[in-house]
Amino acid sequence: MDNDSIDQIIDKQRGKPGSLIQVLMEIQDKNQWLPREALEKVSEKLEVPLSRVLRIATFYKTFKLIPEGRHKIHICTGTACHVRGAQRVLDTVQDLTGIKPGETDPDLKFSLETVNCLGCCTLGPVLEIDGKTFGKAAPAEIADELKKYE
Amino acid sequence: MARISSVAELEELRKDILSKREPGKPWIAFCGGIGCLCLGNDRVISAFAEEIRKQSLEAKVGLRMTGCHGFCEKGPSVVIYPEEVCYLEVTPEDVPEIIAQTVVGKKVIDRLVYTDPKTGEKAAHLFEIPFYRNQTRFLIGNNPRINPRSIDDYLAAGGYSALAKALFEMSPEQVLAEIKKANLRGRGGGGFPAGLKWETARNAPGEEKYVIVNAHEGEPGAFMDRALFTGNPHCVLEGLIIGAYAIGAHQGFIYTRHDNPQLRENIDIALAQAKEYGLLGENILGSGFNFNVEVHLDIGIFVSGESSALMRSIEGKAPEPRPKYIRTSVSGIWEKPSNLNNVETWANVPMIINKGSAWYAGIGTERSKGTKLISLSGKVCNTGVVEVPLGTPLKEIVYGIGGGIPNGKKLKAVHFGGPMGGSLPESLIDTPLDFDALAKLGAPMGAGAMLVIDEDTCMVDLARHFLEFLAGESCGKCVPCREGIRQMLKILTRITKGKGKEGDLELLEELAGVTREAALCALGRSAPNPFLSTLKYFRDEYEAHIKEKRCPALSCKELSASGGAKKNE
Ligand SMILES: Cc1cc2nc3c(=O)[nH]c(=O)nc-3n(C[C@H](O)[C@H](O)[C@H](O)COP(=O)(O)O)c2cc1C
Ligand code: FES
Repeated sequence: MDNDSIDQIIDKQRGKPGSLIQVLMEIQDKNQWLPREALEKVSEKLEVPLSRVLRIATFYKTFKLIPEGRHKIHICTGTACHVRGAQRVLDTVQDLTGIKPGETDPDLKFSLETVNCLGCCTLGPVLEIDGKTFGKAAPAEIADELKKYE
Repeated sequence: MARISSVAELEELRKDILSKREPGKPWIAFCGGIGCLCLGNDRVISAFAEEIRKQSLEAKVGLRMTGCHGFCEKGPSVVIYPEEVCYLEVTPEDVPEIIAQTVVGKKVIDRLVYTDPKTGEKAAHLFEIPFYRNQTRFLIGNNPRINPRSIDDYLAAGGYSALAKALFEMSPEQVLAEIKKANLRGRGGGGFPAGLKWETARNAPGEEKYVIVNAHEGEPGAFMDRALFTGNPHCVLEGLIIGAYAIGAHQGFIYTRHDNPQLRENIDIALAQAKEYGLLGENILGSGFNFNVEVHLDIGIFVSGESSALMRSIEGKAPEPRPKYIRTSVSGIWEKPSNLNNVETWANVPMIINKGSAWYAGIGTERSKGTKLISLSGKVCNTGVVEVPLGTPLKEIVYGIGGGIPNGKKLKAVHFGGPMGGSLPESLIDTPLDFDALAKLGAPMGAGAMLVIDEDTCMVDLARHFLEFLAGESCGKCVPCREGIRQMLKILTRITKGKGKEGDLELLEELAGVTREAALCALGRSAPNPFLSTLKYFRDEYEAHIKEKRCPALSCKELSASGGAKKNE
């Protein structure tokens, strides 16, 4: 991510109290993850100690401090999905991708994560690939779907 | 859009909007809720637009993307007005027929209407479908009728008349008195009287005060706040402005989810439109009252829905709760008096001001007034967003509205309030939906996530599941919560793997007792709830796991049905 776009994001929010989290989110939105240099820049420009920037960046699991895969798989393990078989979905995806929740494969193809509730519990079990939601997910369909990603 | 600077101008505008609408003109409402969109409603919508264009019906038929209709189970949902014919599970292939037969020909297509699975009876209109018919939809009822991105739709439905009434016919004290008399209780989990909280913030010293909408909705299994806020943002906003007027706040915050772009956009659009019309900003409706709103996004941790933690995140800090003796209504964001209410709590306000506290207090039970939104999910035929008067028996929700349990299974329990709530066994299904009645039985309502559980779900595993969730969501600041949850989770995990020991239950009870007493915030203090309630009502399941190494629900993978851990374990 180039310096200019980081500058732009910071300038937009600067001066507003409490802008740290919003700035980090916007950078991550653009860059998919938060490189160390970006955090240092945020600290410098917002005049927030780096220790506090790191505290926020490591506190939330939403913030990524390592590069993300090209495709993001989110599996809902919320309660409604849990009682409708989320574990089977998770097992299937783990088998197919060879990665566990929180991991990215060495080719940077997939990143896998579990999430709490996507708000479409009525369709459980639910998984989301690159923001697209798949309801009533069955193992065979998931396998077919995952083959489509490069 | 022109700025409105008096009540007369507001009514003028409303009249103007209504006069441009042709009452007999057919229009089609597509559900734009998350559920229906996941089920491919976007393709249905494009098919309608395409077909209308092909037949050159643009001038004759209106199309409207609305918020969640409620009946998510049978989505994509399409409603055709003015008759309010409701079609369920619509596919793009059905579209030409719907236009020809129903929109133009005024005939109902039998194959697309709701059919009662038991009686075979058909219900063509929205208000005839048992799922809707058995509800009282004061808050969510407008969802199928308005486009959330059009303030004119909200005005056409009578919107912002409560704000006008509050600003011009009532003093802030009178507004406050109405809310107190209505006995509106907070919908975010605690059930705390909103009027009392408002009064504390109002009376707290300091010029600068804040009002906040809690739209975090972190409770897994809860999706009603999103449905209401995405589908009818102005209703929440109107309530917030009225509350700000009563409390004497000039700055508001909306704290909401980052992972739902549609919700975010609808809120942003609503704020911009309200501002353009002069319903927000300086000198609202020419009353001299100023009020602005800022949106803050959470980044997905459950504890940031807790009031003091939420306020820390608005300040840009880590969401760690503070001890409860510091009241946020006296000292909240930047130590200023800050009044926080849930989305649904705010949404009740315009209705109370419009219809009066006496009307409102006539609905519900002795101490729980009004209606409550419920997110109905789990093992029930009709999942979706449900609204019923408080006091409605749970049985009515599960069977009358929910249509009972699918696949011929038996109801085992209902679970309220997610990880901070509890489960009630089937034998208590006649309990009324009431803050106090449910809390007394160990299953506090929480925000309104109601999970229906059938015989295939293991209650021990359910308790374990909630603790696993909380272990990841606790902020880690206080030891009783951080360690108590971890240790309870360890023991429960062992039990579900067939390695339970004599004495485990006693140890769990002891840990639950300490965590409940000593944790800093309600997350830790309520973390033991699911375990304690399942132990109270389903002790035999725990004992089967520990003593016989058997899972009666056949759900724990490492245990067999007849007892004994599996050989390959
Ligand atoms: C761990 C935790 C999470 C919470 N999450 C939410 C939430 O997502 N939404 C909400 O409205 N209230 C939540 N609450 C309750 C809030 O602390 C607060 O009581 C509520 O927003 C006040 O609004 P009300 O009085 O209108 O209910 C949570 C509380 C705790 C302890
Ligand atoms: S629990 Fe999975 S979407 Fe709600």
